[in-house]
Amino acid sequence: MIVKELAEQLELKVLAGEEGLDREIKGGYCGDLLSEVMAKAPEGCVWLTVQGHQNIMAVAVLRDMSAVILVGGHSPDEDTKQKADKEGIPILLWPGSAFDLAGRIYAGLA
Amino acid sequence: MLKQYHTDLHIHTCLSPCGDWEMSPRGVVEMSRDKGLDIIAVCDHNSMENAEAAMRVGEKTGVCVFPGMEICSREEAHILAIFSDPERARAMQEYVYDHLPGENRSEYFGNQIIANEYDEVLGENDRLLIGATTLAIHEIVEKTHALGGLSIASHVDRPAFGIISQLGFIPPDLPLDGVEISYRIPPEDWQEKVPGIGDFPCITSSDAHYPDDIGRARTVFLIDTPSPEEIRLALQGAKGREIV
Repeated sequence: MIVKELAEQLELKVLAGEEGLDREIKGGYCGDLLSEVMAKAPEGCVWLTVQGHQNIMAVAVLRDMSAVILVGGHSPDEDTKQKADKEGIPILLWPGSAFDLAGRIYAGLA
Repeated sequence: MLKQYHTDLHIHTCLSPCGDWEMSPRGVVEMSRDKGLDIIAVCDHNSMENAEAAMRVGEKTGVCVFPGMEICSREEAHILAIFSDPERARAMQEYVYDHLPGENRSEYFGNQIIANEYDEVLGENDRLLIGATTLAIHEIVEKTHALGGLSIASHVDRPAFGIISQLGFIPPDLPLDGVEISYRIPPEDWQEKVPGIGDFPCITSSDAHYPDDIGRARTVFLIDTPSPEEIRLALQGAKGREIV
């Protein structure tokens, strides 16, 4: 599945990094401690987090993620959006909990 | 004339919910004197309401006390803001209070006691001081600098509430004056054990919550007068000021 399909299926709002909407999703990861995510998130994953600081895009690039999804109604800082556009990694928004979204994505990928 | 000042820039008082009552403003300053400290900063969680009492005790006991606070950013990273005078610290506190949601529940988090310089209880702070502000870390650094304060990231070696644990690494464009390494790691191991500190100037301090903790780690500054501005110069290694 590519990011665009996921966004359409689950009605996720695409906020930045539209150029990366054709990235292939190879898995998922949930976490808000960036040090931990940086160490453990698998390549090509979609990452579910509440963090909106610009460092999330550096972590996303480092792990070659397919997209970052801000859950729980959180939104990214302005410079985070600019980085997402520059790197071509989409930032998507989900108003509900990470648990709910992770379940749906997992079911879709399985 | 330049002189060495033994300095502990991160001490809590009984205002912090996790702080012991023996950490009254008076108790903190007297213990600091007994431990041979010349300069301390009183940095309670998200508040400076015990700092002025400590400053008054400091005037009598010969310990220079800076008013400060340990602010929790919305990313849950702790960062010290240290000032030269209570007016500036109070302006910072106002900014923090405007962005600090929640009420304390002392049965879960502990009491938040405001005391004067005579160990008399003036009241309790009912804000959720242990909580996180809604401020981004760069907003805290900017406001601290706009008020002339020192901005130092707390215990960057720790697995929680440190800027490296929360943000993965220190944003290279964040204009911190320095970073604090906890007492747990000896200075000779800092670079190896905490590679994320990069070229940031490093200090160590006690992060004391109990009297015996005070001074367990300290930084010696070679400076002219005890002021945050002189410490800023020492952190930059400017004008002959330095960390010893």
